[in-house]
Amino acid sequence: MDLHEYQSKTLFAEYGIPVPDGHVVSTSGEAREAATTLGGELWVIKAQVHAGGRGKAGGIKLARSIEEVADYADSLLGTRLITHQSTTAGLPIGMVYVEAGSIIERELYLSLLVDRAQEAVVVMASAAGGMNIEEVASATPEKILAEVVDPLAGLNSAQARKIGRDLGLIDNQIDELEEILFKLVRLMLECDASLIEINPLIVNSEGHIIALDGKINIEDNALFRQERLEMWRDEAQENSSETEARKHSLSYVSLDGNIACLVNGAGLAMATMDLIKLHGGEPANFLDVGGGATVEQVTNAFKIISANTNVEAILVNIFGGIVRCDLIAEGIIAAVRDVGVTLPVVVRLEGTNVGEGRELIVKSGLGIEPAKDLTEAAQKAVKLATRSRT
Amino acid sequence: MSVLVDAKTKVICQGLTGRQGSFHAKECMDYGTQIVAGVTPGRGGEQRLGIPVYSTVREAVDATQATVCMTVVPAPFAADAILEAAAAGIELIVCITDGVPVLDMVKVKAILADEDCRLIGPNCPGIITPGACKIGIMPGSIHKPGRIGIISRSGTLTYESVFQTTNAGLGQTTCIGIGGDPVRGMNFIDCLELFEADPDTHGIILVGEIGGSDEEEAADFIQSEVSKPVVAYIAGVTAPPGKRMGHAGAIISGGKGTALEKFRALELAGINTVRSLADLGSAMAEALE
Repeated sequence: MDLHEYQSKTLFAEYGIPVPDGHVVSTSGEAREAATTLGGELWVIKAQVHAGGRGKAGGIKLARSIEEVADYADSLLGTRLITHQSTTAGLPIGMVYVEAGSIIERELYLSLLVDRAQEAVVVMASAAGGMNIEEVASATPEKILAEVVDPLAGLNSAQARKIGRDLGLIDNQIDELEEILFKLVRLMLECDASLIEINPLIVNSEGHIIALDGKINIEDNALFRQERLEMWRDEAQENSSETEARKHSLSYVSLDGNIACLVNGAGLAMATMDLIKLHGGEPANFLDVGGGATVEQVTNAFKIISANTNVEAILVNIFGGIVRCDLIAEGIIAAVRDVGVTLPVVVRLEGTNVGEGRELIVKSGLGIEPAKDLTEAAQKAVKLATRSRT
Repeated sequence: MSVLVDAKTKVICQGLTGRQGSFHAKECMDYGTQIVAGVTPGRGGEQRLGIPVYSTVREAVDATQATVCMTVVPAPFAADAILEAAAAGIELIVCITDGVPVLDMVKVKAILADEDCRLIGPNCPGIITPGACKIGIMPGSIHKPGRIGIISRSGTLTYESVFQTTNAGLGQTTCIGIGGDPVRGMNFIDCLELFEADPDTHGIILVGEIGGSDEEEAADFIQSEVSKPVVAYIAGVTAPPGKRMGHAGAIISGGKGTALEKFRALELAGINTVRSLADLGSAMAEALE
């Protein structure tokens, strides 16, 4: 689950990591008030959306008067921001963050993430802050500094200070960075973050280190023990079908194609998408109904995939494990009937009692096409999707 | 022969008194697995499925000499359960539980590094030696004793591989679902080593998916250390970057961990790959001819 910048900075402030003063607002009047309260002569107005690349996309504005603050807030709020990381539809700007402007001496990059190969949290830093770090990593990997946080002993002082020196920091700055790193490691572990990224982390004109941006991802598997952060979820930033699916404990990802998939198991769901592509079609989604494929889950799944207006055919692929195929077939038939699915549906069932399951499908009178195997299922779905288009 | 588990393996079940634990332990027992005791804190002295329940793994091990543990406990308690089993001298822990926080697994792996204990999972279907011992949630009926070793990050794709090798008349020595989490116990390489050393395993199916670089590392290992035919498949060619595809570990992040990269690494190492899931069984049969 992604946090907004203002939420990340709230956590930074709670952990004692220096951030500029700021207020999150949702009207231009509030923006005006926020800028007046902050004082000074320079303000930054930042669109709060769950995507990077906001600056280039026009989502971050510098204002030199209160009037400008209000104007920029007005121009951003209620619009959608399209960045290179968002979908082409962009993301809604429901809030902007009004922040006191900082004078930047140096821009650095800092992140903490769970590294799969190291099986540990790794601190990454670079003197090339403000840049797209993925580009830096691929063009000049030697410019990326990395230190592994020992899962039992934590980050040690020598590691933290080495990062500071290698970033070219001096005197008090090395001390400040060390403090910031220790606090970030604590935040990472206590909040179950899978990623904390600060880009840029700056040295300001007074020589102090400040987090000018903040991006935090909280690991979904740990949300059960992060109740406060779960309350911070902004559903407006998420795909509405994906949100709806999550509420039904379905795993769903929306894609651009026209053949919807309804599958049990995440691996098989991906493999089904790949089969559709391999046979010349385009998958409309990833959907895992869970190992059991219960009637309720299958019904919810049909509702969600039918709501996507791009869908022209539905491929159901269930490998009945411990649950028998005849029971699964009954569930599929009930769901197609209840939801009133009018799109062509192809069903591939495999597992215990597969014969009975297929017979139920054929006899349902709902026009559901049974497929004898994976390949035939994908071919039929591709053909039906093409036919319904012409 | 087989790897890790056979008809003599004695198993305890952590979480036996729970709904999932009871259901799957019974399925395993019906298959013929020697599940000899259950463990649920505070429930020592009870009976379930005709076997005793103990409050701690230590008591269960002392009473039964079990060496393997099947862990079916809710995600918030999984890390503790694994560590308890390891400390009690269990040699193989099979953790079925889905949804374990990754930072819990980071800690578990660091502690297990100093223990003489293997972990399979979490978020996995388990391990089965067909006809002898099933420890997990896989449907026993599709398996057939035979000569293929199967290693997979996905539950249902393990079943597909099993089903196809059964239909092709090859059967399986042992199937290991290593799980879909980013930080997990045994990895492809650990399993490949075992199958390479098992004389009855004649061929190996490796099923990977997007995320991480375990398949790339497996490719290097196979090239230098595995003499048996390997057929590999990777799921997620059409997966978009930055989206978690069901499994916590199935995500392309920072442009890394794509299915095409993995296919390329495997093919560069001279390993047979199939682009369609439907071709796994036939490709394995061909490779053995």
